[in-house]
Amino acid sequence: MYIKKEVVAMLLAGGQGSRLYALTHDMAKPAVPFGGKYRLIDFPLSNCTNSGIDTVGVLTQYQPLVLNDYIGNGQPWDLDKMNGGVHVLPPYESNSGASWYEGTANAIYQNISFIERYDPEYVVVLGGDHIYKMDYAKMVDYHKKMKADLTIAVLDVPRSEASRMGIMICDDQMRVTDFEEKPKEPRSTLASMGIYVFTWAKLKKYLIENENANTGSKDFGKDIIPSMLNNGERLFAYTFEGYWKDVGTLDSLWDANMDLLAPSQPLDLYDKEWRIYSRHNNLPPQYIGETAEIENAMITEGSVIHGKVDTSVIFGGVTVEEGATVRYSIVMPGTVIKKGATVEYAIVGEDCVVGEGAHIGRSPEEYHGEGKEWSIAVTGHNITISAGKEVLPKQILSESI
Amino acid sequence: MGTNQNVLGLVFASIHDEAIYDLTKLRTMGSVPFGGRYRLIDFPLSNFVNSGISQVGVITKRNYGSLLDHVGSGREWDLARKKGGLHLLPPYSHTGSSMYHGRLDALGNAWSFVEHSSAEYVVLTNCDIVTNIDYRPAVEVHIASGADITAVYAKGYYDHLTGAAATIFGIGGDGFVNDVMIDPPMTGSCNLGLDMFVMSKDFLRRIVKESMSRNRTSLRKHILLDRSANYKILAYEHTGYYSKIDSLASFFNANLDLLDAAKRDALFRKAAPIFTKTKDNAPVRFGLESHIKNSLIADGCIIEGKVENCVLFRGVRIGKGSVVRDSIITQDTVIGARCSIRNVITDKNVQIADERQLTGSAGYPLFIGKGAEI
Repeated sequence: MYIKKEVVAMLLAGGQGSRLYALTHDMAKPAVPFGGKYRLIDFPLSNCTNSGIDTVGVLTQYQPLVLNDYIGNGQPWDLDKMNGGVHVLPPYESNSGASWYEGTANAIYQNISFIERYDPEYVVVLGGDHIYKMDYAKMVDYHKKMKADLTIAVLDVPRSEASRMGIMICDDQMRVTDFEEKPKEPRSTLASMGIYVFTWAKLKKYLIENENANTGSKDFGKDIIPSMLNNGERLFAYTFEGYWKDVGTLDSLWDANMDLLAPSQPLDLYDKEWRIYSRHNNLPPQYIGETAEIENAMITEGSVIHGKVDTSVIFGGVTVEEGATVRYSIVMPGTVIKKGATVEYAIVGEDCVVGEGAHIGRSPEEYHGEGKEWSIAVTGHNITISAGKEVLPKQILSESI
Repeated sequence: MGTNQNVLGLVFASIHDEAIYDLTKLRTMGSVPFGGRYRLIDFPLSNFVNSGISQVGVITKRNYGSLLDHVGSGREWDLARKKGGLHLLPPYSHTGSSMYHGRLDALGNAWSFVEHSSAEYVVLTNCDIVTNIDYRPAVEVHIASGADITAVYAKGYYDHLTGAAATIFGIGGDGFVNDVMIDPPMTGSCNLGLDMFVMSKDFLRRIVKESMSRNRTSLRKHILLDRSANYKILAYEHTGYYSKIDSLASFFNANLDLLDAAKRDALFRKAAPIFTKTKDNAPVRFGLESHIKNSLIADGCIIEGKVENCVLFRGVRIGKGSVVRDSIITQDTVIGARCSIRNVITDKNVQIADERQLTGSAGYPLFIGKGAEI
């Protein structure tokens, strides 16, 4: 017998993350490393814990091994509860047959029985690929105050960015009157953050109707929200102020890591009142050697640095050998940068070896000319770059060279 | 990691507290901070776990609040178990138990716990030896040899002027101990006891009960040193890296030892990790004008100054223009801007204001007590 929970969170973690290419080749997007010692999913999970939400369903589908192993029993996030806690929810076979999650709405639909066990009043629906710190409890309070059926968290974005996002058009009470996906001429600058609070009874009704209508997409943005709007349900926008970053692309993943090094510190990871929790590897403290030169960097446990590190994020257990240079880059766990190698404007995946004198990426100032389009260079996980080899800007390496 | 269900591990968390009085004023030996993110008890607990010993008793004495806080349920060492797991054994925890003086009467106090364990063998250790040791071969040779006690020792250097509480063994050609000395007035290479012992539970019961009946409390004095009983003591050599924390200077040097890659790798082995309580600190943030050489740095630090030959514990802050050299800066110490610090040990939560200059010497580091504001 489960005790009633007022709020249950459902975290959509099944996405393939195809725009992250090499980094999501063999792991789900929410398992992608971020910020030195985190994975993307640490942010929504820590936000849940810090918001007092102790019952979280994590919907997995694509390459779940790393993610499942990482979540484990949920203890690092204090989500190992007698009643509630974190539950990994993969697609399953029922007496009506087995089916994959077909869309975001269908994924929740298939887990109605999980949600019903807790008899919640509200369900918070979250994505697994956004970096932000947010008190969901405040948003739930707002949802109650507005007597809303659905509350959508929005960020006021510059007009230039609005045409790349889902835009909410609201009246002066913040009631959503219309909704546009990536409009050419945005009528508002309130962009959806992909964070929803639903009144569970309403959501359940719409999920069942959507399933029966068999639209093909079975998606929150394409089906559930438009039908709720059409039927005159109470949809409200909740304005979030603070740092929020979608890290669905390689460029935005690199940017968000670099934001951690910005002098203004838009995202404070040192706030003891709102810690971001992560699963830990029991590595000793980092060692910075005699020949190291470190400036403006984030480096974590288990790393050994003898080379030069400038404006970079170095994950756990990374080795940077003497004479190697890492600048404006992200080096994921367990990677070794050998003597004389240079890594600049790049993302290097987990457990890679960058051979002696190899060169990954170039600075935008250095790399220009006809036919040359600059972007960061990326290598996937478990890749060896042989001595002296080069990885050019914009190149995405999925196999050893 | 195989299981060693037949072996019980016992840690004496409060033995030799007096050797580093400054650090144990507010805590006990087992909870003395070490190596950036550890407490001394992490080493014996991790060694037990890595040796497949999953029944562990921790015998404490005084000031064990911080120790309780650190070990908690034992989950971080995977010792929160239904079968076996971690048990804390403070004085007065059982009917008739009282404050103890030596390891024998401490064991007398905790005997019902030892008795109820399913283990046939017991490994005893203190917390003042920092090392990574596999007890499995020691238990195997103990059983094979038919010894009463197997004592772990290392080839070491002893100086009677600085070493405290040292047990020195003479070892015969048969590998058995033929002489035992405590703090002898000599200096030189020797077989230094590491205060780790393997015994059968039956033998341990015998010596504990006999000693209690004669009011003998000290394992060292009344069992090892008293050769009249003719116990067969096998010497087992531990060849790995170790350091002994028996003075503030040795604490200082044992921490700085970790700047040596070979010693660090010997202590923090991938196959036998040292576990500790996690604190969920963010990675270390190095500022624009930071300058770091030869230092061990735990997570949660924010460094904007210059650091050389230091061990920085979790959550340390070093302000702009400050120079910190040859120092052990423990958890959550905040050093302001433009300070000059050398040969200093700061205890937890020390606050050092801007432009302070603090200097000790390598042989006698300056100790700054917990929570001090300078």
